[in-house]
Amino acid sequence: MSATIVSLPDQSTARIPKVNYLTKENGILSWLLTGDHKRIAILYLISITFFFFIGGALAGLIRLELLTPRADLMATDTYNKVFTMHGVIMIFFFLVPSVPATLGNFLIPMMIGAKDLALPRINLLSWYLYMAGGILAIYTMAVGGVDTGWTFTTPLSTHYVNTNVITTGLAVFVAGFSSIFTGLNFIVTIHKMRAPGMTWFRLPLFVWSHYAASLLMVLGTPVLAIAIVLVALERTIGIGVFDPTKGGDPLLFQHLFWFYSHPAVYIMILPGMGVISETISTFSRKRVFGYTAVAFSSVAIAIFGFFVWAHHMFIMGISNYSVLIFSLLTMLVAVPSAIKIFNWTFTLYKGSITFETPMLYSFGFMGLFTIGGLTGVFLGSSGTDIHLTETYFIVAHFHFVMVGGMLMAFLAGIHFWWPKMTGRMYPEKLSQLAAVVTFIGFIFTFFPQFILGVLGMPRRYASYPPEFQVLNVFSTAGATILGVGYLLPVLYLVWSLKYGAVAGDNPWQATGLEWQTQSPPLTENFAEMPAMDHEAYDYEWLEVQNQKRQKEVNSAG
Amino acid sequence: MPDSPAIAHGAPEPAHEEHPSYLRHHFNSVEQQADTAGFAMWLFLVTEVMFFSGLFTAYLIYRNWYYPAFVAGSHQLDVRWGTLNTLVLIVSSFTMAMGVWCAQTGRRRGLVLCLSLTCLLGLGFLGIKTIEYREKIEKHHVPGFHYSLQSFVDPQSEPEVYSEYHDKPLPPDMARHTELYFSLYFLMTGMHAAHMIIGVGILAFMILRARAGAYTSGHSTYVLNFGLYWHFIDIVWIYLFALLYLISRHQ
Repeated sequence: MSATIVSLPDQSTARIPKVNYLTKENGILSWLLTGDHKRIAILYLISITFFFFIGGALAGLIRLELLTPRADLMATDTYNKVFTMHGVIMIFFFLVPSVPATLGNFLIPMMIGAKDLALPRINLLSWYLYMAGGILAIYTMAVGGVDTGWTFTTPLSTHYVNTNVITTGLAVFVAGFSSIFTGLNFIVTIHKMRAPGMTWFRLPLFVWSHYAASLLMVLGTPVLAIAIVLVALERTIGIGVFDPTKGGDPLLFQHLFWFYSHPAVYIMILPGMGVISETISTFSRKRVFGYTAVAFSSVAIAIFGFFVWAHHMFIMGISNYSVLIFSLLTMLVAVPSAIKIFNWTFTLYKGSITFETPMLYSFGFMGLFTIGGLTGVFLGSSGTDIHLTETYFIVAHFHFVMVGGMLMAFLAGIHFWWPKMTGRMYPEKLSQLAAVVTFIGFIFTFFPQFILGVLGMPRRYASYPPEFQVLNVFSTAGATILGVGYLLPVLYLVWSLKYGAVAGDNPWQATGLEWQTQSPPLTENFAEMPAMDHEAYDYEWLEVQNQKRQKEVNSAG
Repeated sequence: MPDSPAIAHGAPEPAHEEHPSYLRHHFNSVEQQADTAGFAMWLFLVTEVMFFSGLFTAYLIYRNWYYPAFVAGSHQLDVRWGTLNTLVLIVSSFTMAMGVWCAQTGRRRGLVLCLSLTCLLGLGFLGIKTIEYREKIEKHHVPGFHYSLQSFVDPQSEPEVYSEYHDKPLPPDMARHTELYFSLYFLMTGMHAAHMIIGVGILAFMILRARAGAYTSGHSTYVLNFGLYWHFIDIVWIYLFALLYLISRHQ
């Protein structure tokens, strides 16, 4: 197990390059007015982490309340607000922007050999919109919160609850535009800014998956925006579009909402899949098996993802024929996801696998995402769905995909590119421990919820029958472990900023263009603009490159 | 290279390609920059289409469900104002297109004139829209604010509209759904008007810059892309005009 591919420069002589994107300019304004995609990525990373811990604290409150069968920690309507704000913050302010806005922002221009994203000022605008939305969400929480659930279900949100639906809606609306602009920026950048020789099929799969996710952001988010506008107008002046007493139909809201919010789960997961493609390849020293299939499966997920939304509505009174068709389409969207999992597995086959931290997280992703994905097939079949919907089975299912999948991928990515972003390594043993702790904590938290769901425990209640307590205690205990697992990386990553070993240009011996420049990179990313003359994940090319460099050093010596 | 203007050095470098001031540092060429901006604009318009699509979906569903109410509601709109506004917008699209041509061929005064005309026509459209909205307020046809069903349960109370269409009174149940029609009318035209207001604002900004010659020295991308936006609003209006004003005009 001691085998490793990490190759750090000689620590006695190695230095962080004096000129890089972090040191180029100083002062708070140089950050707040920056056009540099890498700096904006760092801004996002800090703010996203902040919102993640707020959402996490709310999750902690939920689990604490559910420790006992009775609603004794907080009033039941407070509980409703807590789970609503947990959902809103985690989805719109963490999961949707998590990998794209941080790693995607940082890496896409570098991976395709560009100096920056195509629209740097729009990129900065995205961050400001994100922050405006986030501050509004926090403000909402401070003045009393909202208790509709993150889905803003009508007529509950338009007629019945007396909480801050409008401000929350506005927060999501504004954050939505941040997401639209990020997606738009990525698509334009990938189309127009690629370096010479960087053909579509030489792009790293990370870029492909971001391209697919960006399509979803650009096409889906505006529909959410208009749905929220309609809810707000319905609530304020009673326009009647969702109000049956005026001839409107609440189902229309469900259609509009899920037309975005189902694709949104692919907005969340696709960039994570991109991370996994990079790490799996690097740590098994092999080109990703079936590159083209994996690339197209991202696009296929994006396309199919737009035609399955009504599977959230099987019990809401849509027709049996709709149920049948959407059930079938839901099965279809499982195919490209399975293609990815199978291809990663085949990439591992006969690879030289090493178990660095990003790889551990990636294994976590593959296992947990597979469980999450397969339970999605149960829920896509209308027969089982009618029994399982609105139970903890759903909660467990999407937490396996979102937390088990996306969060693992996010952490894998952060660990994988941390040396590139900061120029320093984090402590390897401690981070491996954190990866294992996260995995164990996760299983303990969410696996019992599958059983609870099958037994019929409904979601969104502060109290439950006493016979469910054992499994709930398991879940809460697991959440505590999970919390430790998330806190550890924050601590040692911050520590590493000052004390970490100097990483050098390419500590993992990875092939992407981003690794062929200094760490942390220059503001312009590359000293001279790169030209791509080899396929993606070409480890033999890297070998030749390294030998050449060695020769140069020797002859100079 | 982008950050070191020639003044920093004693002698200008002859081998150094000259960069126009408007070339942003991360692009390799002016063509790439223009190409990228155009592509981004088209993509932005796609998001706009998706934004309006939610409203069009709602419109299609409710029009199918409550067709008589939609017909009666539509008869309350003044098709003459609508037609005039359509003409105003189409002419403004023409002046906008001429403006793009002026920018591309370096005609500064022509550009200022075209943009000013476009801006005026845009304001004209909004003015006519205001007249129409005021009429709706007077007739109590604004949903949510003292909405009145009188025009629909008793069409003869409005001799002007009645003499034109001879609408039969709607049963109260169907008449109530005219409120939904007017909700969609205000939503869709209101959303459109919001886009117009933004457009007029940008036009005013562009006129100021165009007077200083900003777009006529080879860099006309901004005008071209704004033109795309303007034509897009125009097209949306043409759909709105057909869907809201022209329901069952043949009767």
